[in-house]
Formats: sequence, structure tokens, C-alpha cells
Amino acid sequence: MAYFLQQLINGVTLGAIYGLIAIGYTMVYGIIGMINFAHGEIYMIGAFISLIAFLVLGAMGVTYVPLALLLVLILAMGFTALWGWAVERLAYRPLRGSFRLAPLITAIGMSILLGNLVQILQGARVKTLPPTVPGGLILMEAEGFAVRLSFLQIFIVALTIALMIGFTWLIKNTSLGRAQRACEQDMTMAALIGVNVDRTISATFVIGAALAAVAGLMVTLYYGVIDFYIGFLAGIKAFTAAVLGGIGSLPGAMLGGLLIGLIEAFWSGYFTTEYKDVAAFSILVLVLIFRPTGLLGRPEVEKV
Amino acid sequence: MNRLPFLLKDAGLAALIAFGLALPLAGFRLPDGASGTDLGFRLDWVAAATAIVFAGRLVMGLSRPFFMAASEGMAPKFAAVTRRLGWSGYLLAGVALVLPMLPFADRNLIDKATLILIYVMLGWGLNIVVGLAGLLDLGYVAFYAVGAYSYALLSLNFGLSFWICLPLAGLFAALFGILLGFPVLRLRGDYLAIVTLGFGEIIRVILLNWQNFTGGPNGISSIQRPSFFGLPFTAEPAEGITAFHDFFSLDYSSFHRVVFLYYLILLLALATNLFTIRIRKLPLGRAWEALREDEIACKALGINPTMVKLSAFALGAMFAGFAGSFFATRQGFISPDSFTFIESALILAIAVLGGKGSQMGVAFAAILLIGIPEWFRELAQYRMLAFGCAMVMIMVWRPEGLMSKRDPTVRLKGNKP
Repeated sequence: MAYFLQQLINGVTLGAIYGLIAIGYTMVYGIIGMINFAHGEIYMIGAFISLIAFLVLGAMGVTYVPLALLLVLILAMGFTALWGWAVERLAYRPLRGSFRLAPLITAIGMSILLGNLVQILQGARVKTLPPTVPGGLILMEAEGFAVRLSFLQIFIVALTIALMIGFTWLIKNTSLGRAQRACEQDMTMAALIGVNVDRTISATFVIGAALAAVAGLMVTLYYGVIDFYIGFLAGIKAFTAAVLGGIGSLPGAMLGGLLIGLIEAFWSGYFTTEYKDVAAFSILVLVLIFRPTGLLGRPEVEKV
Repeated sequence: MNRLPFLLKDAGLAALIAFGLALPLAGFRLPDGASGTDLGFRLDWVAAATAIVFAGRLVMGLSRPFFMAASEGMAPKFAAVTRRLGWSGYLLAGVALVLPMLPFADRNLIDKATLILIYVMLGWGLNIVVGLAGLLDLGYVAFYAVGAYSYALLSLNFGLSFWICLPLAGLFAALFGILLGFPVLRLRGDYLAIVTLGFGEIIRVILLNWQNFTGGPNGISSIQRPSFFGLPFTAEPAEGITAFHDFFSLDYSSFHRVVFLYYLILLLALATNLFTIRIRKLPLGRAWEALREDEIACKALGINPTMVKLSAFALGAMFAGFAGSFFATRQGFISPDSFTFIESALILAIAVLGGKGSQMGVAFAAILLIGIPEWFRELAQYRMLAFGCAMVMIMVWRPEGLMSKRDPTVRLKGNKP
């Protein structure tokens, strides 16, 4: 029971991180119908920028942890959002109206490009960050096994929930959110009634990248180890989460992320860790075959 | 008309964005320190990146009017040149045929040419799936791996020769293609791409972890090398076996095997090419191209999309299986490291950059993408960076590929292009 609870806590933490990345996939898919394959790389860039921001702040003498966290959060979100914007502007916008698979091929190219760019700029070795948010609670102790809930895990889940609330409000109540929902339904019609479609799509990429940056920050804090290759696998898993929840649906992305996190935690807790990554891929394949619309998605009708 | 202030402002904006992009990632270094990762500064790189973007944007803006005027007349000319390149295929095949006999051909050159030909063959094989049938397959390397492991395991465990294993490896790969393809081919294009990517990774992870069958990360070594119709290429053959050089009363030379392998892959690649050219004229090939253009129209005409896609998937996989078993026999050693996603992306880049559906373009792209990095080994670090960059730029500027051939293979009589 205690072991189960511990895996549950770990899984929810992991799920929060995947969910934040998955939102980027699902939003972009909802609005322009493409799989932004480079999104995993944006998350990796977010992790690197967070690490660099931590080290810079440390060198400048900012040692009060909550202040440092806040500053890193703002810096990472800002700079990563700029990367997300630039990727969209350079690689995807010129292809609007091209044949269907063209943006996906560009996205794969962009993913390779970004991964190798970071490898060349920062080296292939793993980068480490010493534990920044230490401490935690011991919830219960049974059969000699203590269930730990670290402050970092509380921080991750709380921040994710806060971002979710803020994000849902943004989509529901602001003019940007209205414009996004309009573009999602019909881009041409939205343009006709005065929505700036290009700007709305750019904003979608910027928001997605900012959320991915938060996920990158969380991973840097949680594992303390990053390298240039983390984007590929995390990207695939987050995409699986988005598909599982129903691509295009925001609560679906969060639910999917949570489920993937839980499955992964329980898989490595109760089975072998060797096939941990196969579990995510197998779920992706099974969901796409048996329920391509996901758990909360709407079926897509193709019209001639 | 004075456009300079506007251009300066535009270039300044671009430089500002470049500054923001470069500042966090290029401005700081993360060297290994005594206690974890240290921080170093590299602000000169940021300044350089900013300056390059500013100058580049300004030059682009200034030269745009001239460029536009020049490119207006260029497009039809370029198309005409591409159309007249038909003979260059025969030229290229001719050069490939006589290459080992040329005076400057040494072991090194033939080795590299063999490597390029493997990718030409893989590119042509994937071209059936991506170029003709329009299915984006991101896990093509899985079938390559199936072919390589089938040959290695069959020859190690049952002692079968290369010539028996080659069709078997193709068969196994095609079988895998059908098994994987059957459930997923109902999916729409981009979903299919992701699922094939997942399958590619699953196969690699299984090869990595199924220790007692595949040897795990250590791979399989001392795979049997091919023989010339039963005549092995060894200096000292076993008792009762005639070696290649004895049979033809030549002096023993390790170059013989290299040349033999070269001709073997050339034969396989040309067979792939011939198969593709011929099948495009058959109803099946026409159905692939029709399906690529409009699936709903095909359904209305009574074509079963799943079966047609499945055949493209299986045939593409079969050629990857052939190439895989050749790869295994050439290397003599295989491990899961040779079958990563990057390999799939590389083959896809060759097929896409070459112009989807164009056989010549694929051959040129393989020479470009595999050959050039082979000769500039010191630039290997930048190789993948350049691939990514090329994939993005080609898609943005020429979405049809370098040498596009997307016009239909068959036309009604009198319907001139």
C-alpha cells in the first residue's frame, strides 16, 4: 500500500510535466492541424535556459530560493517563448497552404536542427544542477517503507494546477482566447471577420513554448540532470499524452499527461525499467488503432 | 524610391531577435566543473550571431529586387533543364558500372561508393512508400534492422548462405511491414507517421533488451561474409573449398571482395529502381499515385485504400530487408546502434530532398548527403545540423524536392501536359 502510494505521487508529478508539454502539441494541432515535432526540442531548450538562468543567478548572488525560482521561471518562459516564435516564423509560416505532410517534414528537420544546435553549442555531456528545493514530508510509514512527498513535488503539482487555471481562463475569457477558438473552427472565416490569423497562430506557439519551458524547468529541478537528447523521448511521450486525451482538447492533454505519468511510474515500479519507453509507444499505437479520437476528443469528419 | 530606412529597421529587428535567441544558449558555456556543471561566458558569439543576422537580412533586403527580376525568367528554364536530365540517369548508371575499373579507383573510394549505394537503395525503397503512395514512414529503419538481423541470425544458427538468406530477409521484412501496417494504415497521414516512428523505436528497444536472442547492445559479430557462387574471398580457404582467386587463377587481393560487394549492392539498387519504374505502369502503381493525390476519389472508384497502402508498405519494407541483409554481410557486425531514429530521418531526408517520386533525385540526394560528409570527416559534428537545416530550407523553398516529378505517369491520349 505504501509502495503504491509512493508510485502514485511520483506518477502524478511526472504526469504534470508531461501534461504541460502535451498542451503545446494539442493547441498547435487544434489550430493548424499539424504535429509540431520540434516541440520536444523546445522543451529541451527550456530546460537548458532554466539551468543557465539558475547558474547565472547563483553567480550574481541571488540565493533566496523562492525569488530565484520566480526569476528563473520568468526568464525561461520568456526566452523559450522567443525560440518557439522563431521556429514558427521561419519554418512553419511559409508553408501554410502547402501539401499536408510538408509542415511535418519541416518539423522533423527543425527537431534535428535544434537538437544538434544545442549539442554543438553546449556539448554532448550531461549537465547537472545541485538540488535546489530540498526537504519534504513523510506521509506515512508502513512495513519499513516511508512514503515521501518532497516540497519539490508539491511545487511542481501546485504550479501546474495554477498554470492550468490561468490558461483555461485565458482561452475562455480573453480576446486572444476567442481568436484562437475562432481560428480553430475556421481560419478563413476568422480572417474575414477581422481576426489576425498569423498573429493568433504565433501567440499559440509562444504560449505552448512558455508552458514547455515550465516543464523544462521542472525536469531540471526534479532530476537535476539534463542533456541535449531529452527532447526526443519527452516529446514522444507528451505527444502520446495529447493523443490519448484526444488531440485538440486541452483538458484531454492534461488527463493524458497524468495517465502517461502514472503508467510510467507504475510500470517502472512493478515491472522492469528496460521496457519503460516501449510502454508509452505501445499505448500510443493502441490508442491510435482503437480510439483515434482519444478519450475526450471529437471525431474528425473529412469533407470533400 | 528610398527603401534604406525601412530595410535598416527590418534588419535591426531581425538582429534584436537573433540577440534574444542567441543570448541564453550561445552566450553561456556549461563546462564540467569540480562540483557539477560550471558557468562560462561566451558573449562574443552572441555579438557575432547578431552581426551576421543584421548583415544577412540587410543584404537580402537590398538584393531582393534584382533577385526577383532574375528568378522570374529562371523557373521555366529550371523546369526545362530538369526535364532534359533524363539521360543523366543512364550516364550515372554507366559511371557506377565502370567505377571499379577506373585507374583512380582504390579500396577507399569503392567502400564509400558502396555505402552511398546502400542509401540510394534505401532511398528508392522508401520512395515507394513516401513518394509513390504518399505515406510518411518515420520507422523505415525498423525493416532495415529486421533484414540485417534475419540474415545474421539465420546464417549463424542454421548456417544458411547469403544467397538463400537474401530473399528470406526480404520476405521477413515484408511480413513485418504487413503485420505493422495492417492495423495502422487506416490512420490519416500524420498519425501514421508517428505510429511508424513508435514501431521503429519499439523494434530497436526489443533488439537492445532481448539479450539471448539478439545479443543485446553487443550486437552480433563474425557474421558470415558472402561468397561468389560458393567461392569464398579468403586467402586460405578451408580444406576442400576453392577460393575465388584460385578458381580464376588470380593473385589473392582483399580488393576482390570490396569490388564484389560493390557490384552486389549496385545490382540490388538497380533492381529496386527497375522494379519501381515498371510498377508505376501497372495498375497497382497507378493506384498508389492516385491514392496519394486523393483518397476519397479513390474510394469512390472502388479502390480499397487499405490493401493498396499495405502493398506499398510491404514492398518498401522488402527492399529495406534486402538492403539490411547486405549491410549485415558487408559489415560482418551489427548492433542496435546502427538502427536509430536518426537513420530513419536520414533516409527520409534523402527521399524527400531528392524530390518525392523522382528516382534520379534520390540518387543525387544520397550522393550529396552521404558522400560529402564521408569526404569531410572533420565536419561530422555539423553533419546532422546541416541535414536539419537542408530539410527545412528545401521544404520552404521547393516543397516538391530538388527534382520533382509529381506529374502523373499515365495520361489520356491527346491530353498534352
